[in-house]
Amino acid sequence: MPEVLTAPLVVEFPFTRSLGPVQSAFLTGLRERTVLGVTASDGRVVVPPTEYDPVTAEEVRELVEVGTGGTVTTWAWNPSPRRGQPLTTPFAWVLVRLDGADTALLHALDAPGPDAVRTGMRVRVRWAAERTGAITDIACFEPDDSAADDGRPAAHSGEFADAVTGITVPARLDYTYSPGRTQSRYLRALTDHRIVGERCPSCRKVYVPPRGACPTCGVATDTQVEVGPRGTVTTFCIVNIKAKNLDIEVPYVYAHIALDGADLALHARIGGIPYDRVRMGLRVEPVWTEGGRFPDHYRPTGEPDADYAGYKELI
Amino acid sequence: MREVAIVAFGQSDHVRDSAETSEVEMLMPVLHDVLAQTGLAARDIDFTCSGSSDYLAGRAFSFTMALDGVGAWPPISESHVEMDGAWALYEAWVKILTGEAETALVYAYGKSSPGDLREVLTRQLDPYYVAPLWPDSVALAALQAQALIDAGLTDARALAGIAARSRAAAGSNPHAQLRGEVPAGEVLVAPLRTGDCPPIGDGAAAVVLAAGDTARRLVDRPAWIRGLDHRIEAHSLGVRDLTDSPSTRLAAERAGAFELPHGLDGTGGAPMVDTVELHAPFTSQEVVLRRALKLDAPDSTVCINPSGGALAANPVMAAGLIRLGEAAARIHRGASDRALAHATSGPCLQQNLVAVLEGER
Repeated sequence: MPEVLTAPLVVEFPFTRSLGPVQSAFLTGLRERTVLGVTASDGRVVVPPTEYDPVTAEEVRELVEVGTGGTVTTWAWNPSPRRGQPLTTPFAWVLVRLDGADTALLHALDAPGPDAVRTGMRVRVRWAAERTGAITDIACFEPDDSAADDGRPAAHSGEFADAVTGITVPARLDYTYSPGRTQSRYLRALTDHRIVGERCPSCRKVYVPPRGACPTCGVATDTQVEVGPRGTVTTFCIVNIKAKNLDIEVPYVYAHIALDGADLALHARIGGIPYDRVRMGLRVEPVWTEGGRFPDHYRPTGEPDADYAGYKELI
Repeated sequence: MREVAIVAFGQSDHVRDSAETSEVEMLMPVLHDVLAQTGLAARDIDFTCSGSSDYLAGRAFSFTMALDGVGAWPPISESHVEMDGAWALYEAWVKILTGEAETALVYAYGKSSPGDLREVLTRQLDPYYVAPLWPDSVALAALQAQALIDAGLTDARALAGIAARSRAAAGSNPHAQLRGEVPAGEVLVAPLRTGDCPPIGDGAAAVVLAAGDTARRLVDRPAWIRGLDHRIEAHSLGVRDLTDSPSTRLAAERAGAFELPHGLDGTGGAPMVDTVELHAPFTSQEVVLRRALKLDAPDSTVCINPSGGALAANPVMAAGLIRLGEAAARIHRGASDRALAHATSGPCLQQNLVAVLEGER
């Protein structure tokens, strides 16, 4: 068995964002196969549009409609598409200056290979079949031989029926979490129903769970010490709100428990006693459920309560 | 104006995967190193500032765990930036300039190994128009590289030369992740090959700052910060000229990089600096930075990235602070009199910080 534990960790969240007037018009426009830009203070047409001038920071609101054809200003060939990217087959990342625009938009270009791509080539938007008001309503760009439209872009009200005012963008990142040597030793000992702390060589305090450093002295904790399994409730609270997906009846007690031999209290749920009978000084012991990798909760040992002087430094 | 100097620098060995050590376990030896160099204890430090990122760790408030390595009792004055430690150094520098502190500890760390760094870095992009397309960090740098090639400012051979020079220089850097002959490798996102891109790795770094006579008391040859400035450009890549870095140039101007040296024998203005540490994670970005900083004079004797730079070790969130530290360390040991250090953040050199460091003669 390797010394260090690892486990998959997925961070996933649907980011919900509201849109300002300009972004709302732009993304709603994409849904309607219309590309809008905004006229900056110096007359340049910015696509995709911003709400503030990139140079002067002035508010800009004057929308115009630009073409769906454009010119590649730079590109990069992506031989191995990654999760979430616009195309699943090899493609080129491109910055495209759409006809009528003075700035470029980042997207993907569907091309057979890098030899088919060059700066200055003409491309046009390929619309997604289903459009919701998002940048992905442009499925990608594709090569296109038609000449550039040199006309000035037409003014646009930016008004559409049923405007998109917000977007929800799912994001997922995958990690392999490793807690490091110290916490791996702690977690591994727990599977044997042992609780292991570490002693600071400087202040001699025993920390549990150990994290490899004494937060007071800023030095590595170096000596393993078995603590508990019994301990003393130093302080507690009564939880009256049921957490989502938590299969514990309320009210219940959550407590700080100073395990025998430890200089820092850890926290855990107290069971096996009515919630209104839990008290400071109560002596408790861990309860492991079948196959559990950590104590499910702590219950009274039946010993007399601990003397306050014995645990007052640990509250 | 108060004088402020970097008086100590330390870093970990940078490795591809540090699963056996937690962040605080990785950081603690580096903190002990810089404190030992100055003879200071944690309680002697007036201000502590750190740089790191929750997106690397995959956990909220991850910097609080690393604080255990500092020794935050009795209570300390502490701050954190969700940025490269170079920006933490900027905050600490301001704290000392304003007289709020006499000494400061600045540290930074990042473990890229737990996640997929190219995906993680997409989360710093514009969330409306860009991030939903998941363009990874290499792809964005490749767009910049192609723009440089199209403009006739570099080619594949020149880029490979930058990679080779950097990794050869790293041969004398015991902390570097990649050293010596490294093949150009496969195309990652054309025109960039593996050799044009930084290694992905884990690491930590720390510096100690001190003011005036305190700095002189702590070390023989403080690396005085003569100027420090940072600038940002538009978020949208499509409104920028990717072949140029006006933010680097402006930051360098404001930091005094183009002015005559202070207190040194005048040489008519050239060379302005003898050492440059550039934070250019991609070979193509060194081309942009050299142009912005006017480092390409034909008779230039400036030593660029003697540490090997970010192409030899790029612990995200610490790599910029390391540039400042490496430049300062050369001044500490007398290998440099006037050095320029640069740090970057964001895609395609969006944000840039420049410091000018000097040693006393």
